Amino acid sequence: MIQVRPPVPNQDDAFHWEGARHGKLLLQRCAECGTVRHPPAPMCGACGSLETDALECSGRGTVHSWILSHHPTEPDAAPRVVILVDLEEGHRFVSNLVDTPLDEVRNGMAVEVRFVEYPTTDGERIVLPQFVPAGGGEVRR
Amino acid sequence: MRDVPSHRRAVIAGIGHTEFSQSSGRSPLQLAAEASLAAIRDACLSPAEIDGNVTFAMDNNDELALIRSLGIPELRFSARTRGGGGGACATIQLAAAAVESGHADAVLVYRAFNERSGHRFGQPQVAPNPDPAWNQHKPYGLDTPAKIYALAFQRYMHEHGLTNADFGRYTVVARDWASTNPNAQFYERPITLEDHQASRWIVEPILRKLDCCLETDGGVGLVVTRADRAADLACEPVDILSATASQIEHGHEMFAYYDQDLGEHQEAAAMGRRLYAESDLTPADIDVAMIYENFTPVVFLQLEALGFCGRGEARDFIADGHIGRGGSLPVNTNGGLLGEGYIHGMNNIVEGVRQLRGTSPNQISGAQHVLVSAGRSGLVLGRRP
Repeated sequence: MIQVRPPVPNQDDAFHWEGARHGKLLLQRCAECGTVRHPPAPMCGACGSLETDALECSGRGTVHSWILSHHPTEPDAAPRVVILVDLEEGHRFVSNLVDTPLDEVRNGMAVEVRFVEYPTTDGERIVLPQFVPAGGGEVRR
Repeated sequence: MRDVPSHRRAVIAGIGHTEFSQSSGRSPLQLAAEASLAAIRDACLSPAEIDGNVTFAMDNNDELALIRSLGIPELRFSARTRGGGGGACATIQLAAAAVESGHADAVLVYRAFNERSGHRFGQPQVAPNPDPAWNQHKPYGLDTPAKIYALAFQRYMHEHGLTNADFGRYTVVARDWASTNPNAQFYERPITLEDHQASRWIVEPILRKLDCCLETDGGVGLVVTRADRAADLACEPVDILSATASQIEHGHEMFAYYDQDLGEHQEAAAMGRRLYAESDLTPADIDVAMIYENFTPVVFLQLEALGFCGRGEARDFIADGHIGRGGSLPVNTNGGLLGEGYIHGMNNIVEGVRQLRGTSPNQISGAQHVLVSAGRSGLVLGRRP
């Protein structure tokens, strides 16, 4: 079983992890000019506003790039495929591709989000946005 | 050209380094002191004549501890550069800015660590990291530099149809240079492409072990002063024809995935344009290039960004022999960071100086101009007329 090294949420990105806990893929958006910024940041680089709301993404996208993540001295129990996703809203997001044989992973493949709860290395639990091939079912556990 | 009179221009007057090893057996501060004193003596200065210093923000050797060991009475200029190895050449930029503006007369630049026997950069980030940028990446498994950079390199491979063996052709060249450099950790140990392909995967299908730089214990020192000061010394200075850096709005030291064209090294392209403009040179004028490589693919990206070949052409440029012995653009003639050792890129600047002094173990005959690229900072160095 994968144990996730958890994020340390701060005032700028706590909304994102709270959203994941409720099954939503939220990206930070400037409440004044609408510019989306990810990863989160405290001020809008386009207009200087400190006011934010969130864009709820559809969770559909395509794989921009990918790697197989495993470590030589601390091997993951199950090596994970890390992907950079081009979300259909036009933003990029780093996540994992799950339930997919390695030889089926392709740049450009269509994927969609699922929300999966994992144990963390500090003994807690966390919900991560994860991706499966488009049209796939629920994540097998 | 920069608007600085020739006699006030910065030069590198001294170079020094320790041996590069897997276990130095002494403190990082001692490594810093040894490398620094060697550089000061190489510049034909005494420690009392050093009045400025520059190192990395990441360096753990405190300036005050170092000057106490070296016997430097006072620093009137002390600065550090941001980030990791990308800032290697920015140390020289800061030192040059200090001496050309009169804020210091002779600046000691140093970097030293036990990066193999002590804290290894290549190991997973286990402790919570205060940089919030890690939050969006570490939970998904991106916890080592190899994995983090590989997610971007994979896109470059995809766009241009490269395989890992293409990256291996760089390693073969670097290990060939290292094999005839007595200070290289891989002295007399050249490899074949088959050796590269037999090394284990670090990040499949992008990086094998022999695509990664060599975690190293050691230290490097350099001394920067003005041309008119160096003229009074018995040293062998080289000209700093240009020194610049690039930090871009949506860049990140490691997680540069967003709003980015992953097929181009945007910082290297931006700083490269300034390097050529300030030095009044073109890529064709460069005799030797020293190119930072924590991992092999960044050599490909920098060769393209710096105009030595077109986008997507680095594979053929390397395969056709341009960067090796007898090539049109010898690259990393010390063996580079995966052949000589990884002193955060600073040893590549030392080799650039050696080439212009005519003292490299792999001397390129008649070298006049050396470009040193650390990706997000760079130098053009010139032989003194």
